[in-house]
Parts: sequence; structure tokens; C-alpha cells
Amino acid sequence: MTRQHIKILIVDDEPNILMSLEFLMKKEGYRVFIARDGEEAFDIIRSEVPDVVLLDIMMPKVNGYEVCTFIKTSPAYQHIKVVFMSSKSREIDLQKGYELGADLYIPKPFSTRDMVAKVNSLATSTL
Amino acid sequence: MSSLWIITLSLIYLLVLFGIANWAERRAVAHRSLVNNPYVYALSLAVYCTAWTFYGSVGRAAESGPDFLSVYIGPTFLIPLWWVIFRKIIRICKVQRITSIADFISARYGKNRTLGGIVTLVCLLGIVPYISIQLKAITMSFSILSEHQPLATQSFWSDQSFYIALALIVFTILFGTRKLEANERHEGLVAAIAFESLIKLFTFIAVGLFVTFGLFNGFTDIFSRAAKVPDLQKLFVLPQQQTGSWFWHCLLAAIAILFLPRQFQLTVVENINENHLRKAQWLFPLYLLIINIFVLPIALSGKLIFENDTIPSDTYLLALPLHFKQQGLAFLTYLGGFSAATSMIIVECTALTVMFTNNLLMPVLVGRPSWQKRLGSSGGSFVLNARRLFIGGIILLAYLYYKNVSDKYSLVSVGMVSFAAVAQFAPAALGGIFWKKANLVGAMGGILAGSTVWLYTLIIPSMVSNGFISTDFLTYGPAHVSWLRPEALFGLEGMDNLSHGVFWSLFFNLIFYVCGSLHFGQSALEHNQAALFVDIFKYDTSYERSVAWRGKALITDIVTLMSKFFGKPRAERALTLYARRNKLSLQTKYADPMLVNYAEKMLSGAIGAASARIVVASVAKEERITVDEVIDILKTSQELKTVNEELTRKSRELEALTHQLKEANDKLRVSEQQKDDFLATVTHEIRTPLTSIRALSEIIHDNPDMELAQQQHFLNTIIKESDRLTRLVNQVLDLERYETGRYQLSKEVFSIQSLISESINSIEQLAKEKEIIIKTSYDGSLGNIYSDYDRLMQVLINLLSNAIKFCPAQNGLIEVGAKVENGILLISVKDNGTGISPEQQALIFDKFYQAESKRTRKVKGSGLGLAISKKIIELCEGDIQVQSSLGKGAVFTLQIPTRVS
Repeated sequence: MTRQHIKILIVDDEPNILMSLEFLMKKEGYRVFIARDGEEAFDIIRSEVPDVVLLDIMMPKVNGYEVCTFIKTSPAYQHIKVVFMSSKSREIDLQKGYELGADLYIPKPFSTRDMVAKVNSLATSTL
Repeated sequence: MSSLWIITLSLIYLLVLFGIANWAERRAVAHRSLVNNPYVYALSLAVYCTAWTFYGSVGRAAESGPDFLSVYIGPTFLIPLWWVIFRKIIRICKVQRITSIADFISARYGKNRTLGGIVTLVCLLGIVPYISIQLKAITMSFSILSEHQPLATQSFWSDQSFYIALALIVFTILFGTRKLEANERHEGLVAAIAFESLIKLFTFIAVGLFVTFGLFNGFTDIFSRAAKVPDLQKLFVLPQQQTGSWFWHCLLAAIAILFLPRQFQLTVVENINENHLRKAQWLFPLYLLIINIFVLPIALSGKLIFENDTIPSDTYLLALPLHFKQQGLAFLTYLGGFSAATSMIIVECTALTVMFTNNLLMPVLVGRPSWQKRLGSSGGSFVLNARRLFIGGIILLAYLYYKNVSDKYSLVSVGMVSFAAVAQFAPAALGGIFWKKANLVGAMGGILAGSTVWLYTLIIPSMVSNGFISTDFLTYGPAHVSWLRPEALFGLEGMDNLSHGVFWSLFFNLIFYVCGSLHFGQSALEHNQAALFVDIFKYDTSYERSVAWRGKALITDIVTLMSKFFGKPRAERALTLYARRNKLSLQTKYADPMLVNYAEKMLSGAIGAASARIVVASVAKEERITVDEVIDILKTSQELKTVNEELTRKSRELEALTHQLKEANDKLRVSEQQKDDFLATVTHEIRTPLTSIRALSEIIHDNPDMELAQQQHFLNTIIKESDRLTRLVNQVLDLERYETGRYQLSKEVFSIQSLISESINSIEQLAKEKEIIIKTSYDGSLGNIYSDYDRLMQVLINLLSNAIKFCPAQNGLIEVGAKVENGILLISVKDNGTGISPEQQALIFDKFYQAESKRTRKVKGSGLGLAISKKIIELCEGDIQVQSSLGKGAVFTLQIPTRVS
């Protein structure tokens, strides 16, 4: 299985962040999906069942916590790797993210190289 | 009407009264008092109107015109002072459990038993004639109604008035001596009396209406016809020489109404709530007014109709209906008079018996150990039996007086003499509540002197006319000493008999009272009581603590003593309750002085202050106490009360402070939370563009081979995000300056129109991009404004760019309106966007609005714009508001004064 078979869903309400992450992940060779809020994320999770979800937390309508909880509590999706990326970067925020079952928590602003490296290693583990 | 009928109906009426009394007492037990309201209270006070009012006023009016009114005008004049006098007396009596006027005077002057006894005797002397005229009235009305003239030579067993007296004895006993109470209150009695007052009023008015409108054509008819009869003309005016006696009669009635035993009983002892006095102060005079309206018309009608008959004028009220064959109305009138007489007799006898047992009988008996033992076994029932016997005694005495003396006098003249006797209590009683120095010697001297003069000037003459004393006594004085003539003492002539007697008796009374009080000292107990009476409102909540008593009394003795009079269960319950309320122990050997004082107070209610003092002294080993110590104790109790009040006040303040602190804390917590929220939002808002900038720059850096167009797009985004960051930082700083008040407006005069058009110019490009049309409409010429140009422009731009943001993608329309009204500039910015829900309208000026509305689709912006605008407008002393409903766009309105102060 190559990276071409690995689906990555990027969820963020900030179009510029979406744009840059989309660029980065496509360049790494993943199949990339994007969602601008939690509701769109639900649709794609159900239809595409991505392998990794890069998830913003503070979003309108349905926030990142709810999306993560949905993924990690449904038997059909709990294998999906969840990476939180948020400007909430206090210790207590990270702790909450991991308690909800996230696999990684990357505070914003992040280094793109670091982000790419971490997503790559996480994606490899799904293979 | 046949005698049998009248007797039967009278008995039925008494039974109805008894039923009412019973009902009221049952209600009292169930805590749904019938008499606990000012109306029943005021009606009960109308016991003042006896048979004398009912029959006698008409008689008096027929003989001497408006003269009869003095006994109603006097009290009415004084009644505004009742609030000062009676409220104080009522409070004193409640606190000290005083149950009669004799007890009141005796308690004030050191609980002196002799003084209480003297007051009781004077009451008896003065009131028995008064009761006798009630008997006379009943007998008279009975004989007129039954058309059965009593023969003067009848022996008492064939005399109807004797049987009437017996019946009254039975009913008075039934009403007044049902049980021994610690406060001598009788709700049943009060209810029955109030009912009788109503009957009196209605029947009198009924006859009045019958005479005035049935026999004549109204008031004018009667008066104009009477005016034509020379004999009657004198009834329309007060004779010139009588104005002086008017004054004395009014004064006499005004004083007597305060201290007549029956009035004292109903006004003071039976009072439930001091505030009832307020309403009674105008209801009672109103009653007097109404019941007197028809007196003159009836008197004149009687004179006109019975012109040549010898019908006594006291009987007109009955004779008129009977003359016109109105049997029913005549019976009603009889019933009214019967009510007037019986209510007086019942209440007066009840009050007198309480005085008799508590101030004459008990002090003598409880002082003797052998009697105390006997009282101990029966206690209450002995007192009750003594009272029953006494009631029989008084009424029989009144009967004898009636047969031998008062039969020869009019109702009014006998009544006035009784008033004069009671008036002798005025100096001692009134002085007692306002003058601390007044003492026992003064009080006793005053009452003795006054009563002696009363006896000499008002009773002796009546005995002369009865033949008991030779007329020489009146004409030449005793042993021909002319200045001792009873009707012209010290040569004082030209006054009517009554005024003369009232003048001299009160004169000597006052002289003795004042001189005695000034010349002699007070005992410790007297001093104590004087302070407690005069300053009752200071001591009423700390009474037991304010009584100076020192000594040793076994608790068991106190309990035994109380049980003798109230029964063991009641005594123990009362003492336990009192001890618990005041945190005293009942387990000690000796009783606390406060407990002893409480026991004495309870006993006072049942057996009178003087007797209670004696029995308590008999079980306690008392120490002598000096006046100085009394002063000390009073001071301490006052200080304790003050300290207590101070403590209560302090604790209340503390409570309020704690509450304030808690509120401040809560506020602080809320504002802390708001600060946290604000910080979180700002952090998020700063990190978001930072993230984009960093990511995009890194991408460009790491991918030198990327397409130029994409590179350009990324670079452009970086620039825009940097702008966003700058804007945000500026806004946060702005807001901080406005909120802390560090920003100073830079004011200048500028054209309103240019402000608006400049603002629109600067966002025009933005609007064009979204194809939004901006319309303006100005109401008249706008002129200039003195304000901060840049800040107002900032607000307008903020509102306009918000409007652009919320306008629909197609057909966006923004309308800007402006006008100046009363020195206020109104600018409105209206869009046709999605609108704002009412809940959100309350929040949008809040700087944390975005933080609280994570669930709505975020529109670009920091969420600080409106918060800043609001702050600016507030600095300009203006107001900003929004009106909107979902789907119908929103209108933001600014109101700014054109001249900022």
C-alpha cells in the first residue's frame, strides 16, 4: 500500500490554514479531503472513512472535540488516527485532547516540517 | 303589650347576647378572633351611651335644649389626645398585667394596697347610683310598655324592678365571671357589647325617623312648629348664664370617659391591638354624633304632641310610638334602651368586681397565712365565687339606691354625679404616666380630698332633698357656718350645683396631689414603678429586667404559688416557656429575680398588683432596696437594652457586609471569567493568522520550485494575514484605552455631512466588490457637531463594514439616514442582511460576543468592533442601539449630542 491509498481529512474553519495543509499533504502524496466545519467532517468521515484526521478544535456548529468523540466512540471509525491542531495550547487543553482519544496534539502555530513528519509517521503506522 | 310577652322577649334577647358571647369566645380559642378589629373595638366603646343617653338625653333636651350635648362634646374634644394617653396606658397595662383603674393607680404608686382600696371604694360610691339609674330606666320602660304603673308602696317581692335586678345579676355573673384569666380579657363580653351598641343605634334611629318623617314632615317642620310655641323657644339656645357650666360639664365628661370603670375595661383591658385606637378615635365620635341627631327633634315632638299631658320627658322615646299605636316600634325602642342599660350594668359590674376582689378582698386575705392555705386548695374558684357574690351585692345595692334615692331624680343628673366621682382619678392617673415625681402621698391625698369634697358638695345636697338631712344644712351651712354651705363652698355662688362640686373637688384634689408629691419622697418600689410607667416605651421590652427586686425565693415555692391560682399545668407551662425564652434555668434551687418578677406579673393579672406583691413577698426572703439601687437597675436594664440593640444592629450590618462582599466576589469572579474568555479569544485570534503566515512562508521557503502564480497567491495571503494581525493588536489596545478611560477625546467642530460621506467613501471599494448599493437620506440640513471626528468615523466605518459583511450576496442594500433633533444627532445604518435574533441583540455589543457564539458561522472580524464602537459612543455621551428581526436586516442607530459637554 502506498501513500496514494492513505486518506487524510483536514478540518479547519480558517481557509488559509486549510489551503497550506492541503498543499503540504498533497505534496507528500496522500489523498486529501477538506472540511470547513464539524458537520462537513462528519459527512466525509462517513462517506470516505479517512485514515487520518487533522482536526481544528474551535469551529462553528460542531467543534473538534465533538468530531473526535464521535470518531473514537464509534466501532466503525475508532481506528481513525486523530491529530488535534489548535491554538489552545495550555497543558490542560492537551490533556483534554488526549483524554478524548486523540493520537496527537499539535499546538498552533506549528512548524510545517514537524507537522509533516508527525503525520507521516502516524500514517505509516496505519499501514 | 302584656308583661309576660315583654319578659319572654327580653329573656330571649339576653340569650341571643349570650349566644354571641359564646360564639366569640369559641372563635377566640380557635385563634379566629371576632373582636380583633377596630370596628368591634369602637362599637364596644359605645358602652358609654347608657340608658341615660337613650332616654335621658331626650328628657334633658326637652327641659333645657342643647345642654344634653356636653357629655358628647367633651369627650369628642379630648379624643385626639387618646393616642397619647390611652396608648401609653394600654402599653403599661399590658406589660404589667393591670386589669382595672384601681389596679392601675395602686400599681403606679408602689403597688399600695390602701390606695387601690380607696380607688375601689370611690368607684363603688360613685358607680352604684349610676347602675341604679339603669335599673330605673329598664323598670320605667317596662312599665310604660306594659301599661302597668308600679305602685310606690309595693313591697319588693311584688316589685317588678326587683325581679329585673335578679335577672341582671344572673346574666352579669354569666358574662363576667366565667373563668379566672391572667389578663382579665373577655372576648365574648366585648362581642356582646358591640352587638348591643348596634341595637341601640338602630332602634334610636328608627324612632327618630318615625317621629321626624312619620309624624312630621322632616326636621324643618318640627323646628318651625316648635319655634311658634313660646315655651319651646328657649330650647333652641343656651341660656346666657349657663355657658360657664357648659365648660365644666364638657370637661367633666372628657375626663370621666377616661376613667369610668367600664370604659377603662373596654378601652384598655380588652384592647387587643393598640392601632385599633386610631380608627376608634374617629369611629367613636361618629357614633356619638349619629345617635344624637334625632334627640332634639324627638324632644320637641314630644313637647308639641303631649302639650298638656304630664308624661315625663325621659319617656318620650317610648311614649311617642305608643301614642300612635306603634307597638312594634315601641318594643324595638324598649329593646334599645334595654341594651343600653344591660351593657352598662354588665361591663360596669364586671370591672367593679375585678377591682373589689383584687384591691379590697385579696390584699386582706392573702396577707393572712391561714387564708393563704385555704386559697391554696381552691385558688381560682374562690376568687370567682367571691366575684359572683359581689356582683349580686352591687346590683342589689343599686336596686336599693334606686328605690330610695334616684327614683326622685332625672337620669342625667344622677349620671353626672357619678362622672364627678370618677373624675377624681384624673390627677393621679394622668400625672402618674407623665410626671415621675408624683408619689403615693400626693395621689392618696388628692383622691381623698377630692372625693370628700365630692361627697360634701354633690351627695349631701341630694340627701337633703330626700329628707335625710335638714334643709337648714344647705341654707345656712353646718352649725350656721355660711362659707361651708355645700352648694356655695367658700362663698362661691352663681354656678350650678354640678359645676360647683366639680370645681371644688378637682381643685382640692389637684392641690393635695401636687403639694403632696412635691413635699414628700418616694419609696424604692414607687420610684421603680414611676420610671416604668412614665417611660413605658423605653422599658416595655425589658420589663422583668427593669424591676428592682432582690431576695431569695425557692423555685418550688414560686411554682406552688402560681399553681394555686392558675392550676399546676398552666403554671408550669408558663414558667417553663418564660425560662426558655430568657435562657434561665428552672433546675436551680433559688429563682432568678427575673423569674420572680414574671411570676408576680402573672399573679397581678389574676389578683391585682398589690395582692401579687403580698403573696410574692410571703414566699420570698426579700432584701430592702434603696432608691439609688432602683436607679442603678433601671439604668443597667436600659444599657443592656441599648447593648442588645447595638449588637442586633452590628450583626445586621455584618450580615449586609458579608452579603456585599459575596456580591463583590461574585462580580470579581464573573469579571475574572470574562477576562479569561477575552484572553482565550484574543490568543486564538492572534494564533490563527500566525499559523497561516508561518505555514505559508515555510511552504514557499521549502518549495523554491513551486508555480509562480501559487507562490504569488500564498505571498498575498501572508500579507493579508499580517494586516489582520496588526488590526487585531490595534483594536485590543484601543479597547483597553477606552475601557480604562485613558483615551482623551480630541474634540473639534466639523460638518456632520462630511463625516458621513468620508466614512462611506472609505468603504465604497468594499461595497462595490460585493455589488452593494449604499443610499443616503438626510433630514434637512445637518449642520455641525462638536465632537471627535476620527473616533466617530471609526464607529461609522465599523457599522458600515459590518453591514457589508451581513448583506446578501445579491441585491445588497445599505441605507444611511441622519437628522438632528433637539441637539441630538441621529445616524442610522440599515442593511438588508440576515438580521440578528433578539438573544444575540443583547450580546453583540459585548466584546466577548464571539467567544460566546462559537456555534455560529464566523464572519471575519475580531469580534471587538462593536464593543469598541459602543465605548466610543459612550465617551461621546451618546447611545448606540440595534433593532432587528431575523431575515429582515438590522438597523444600528447612533444618538450623539451635537455639543459634547
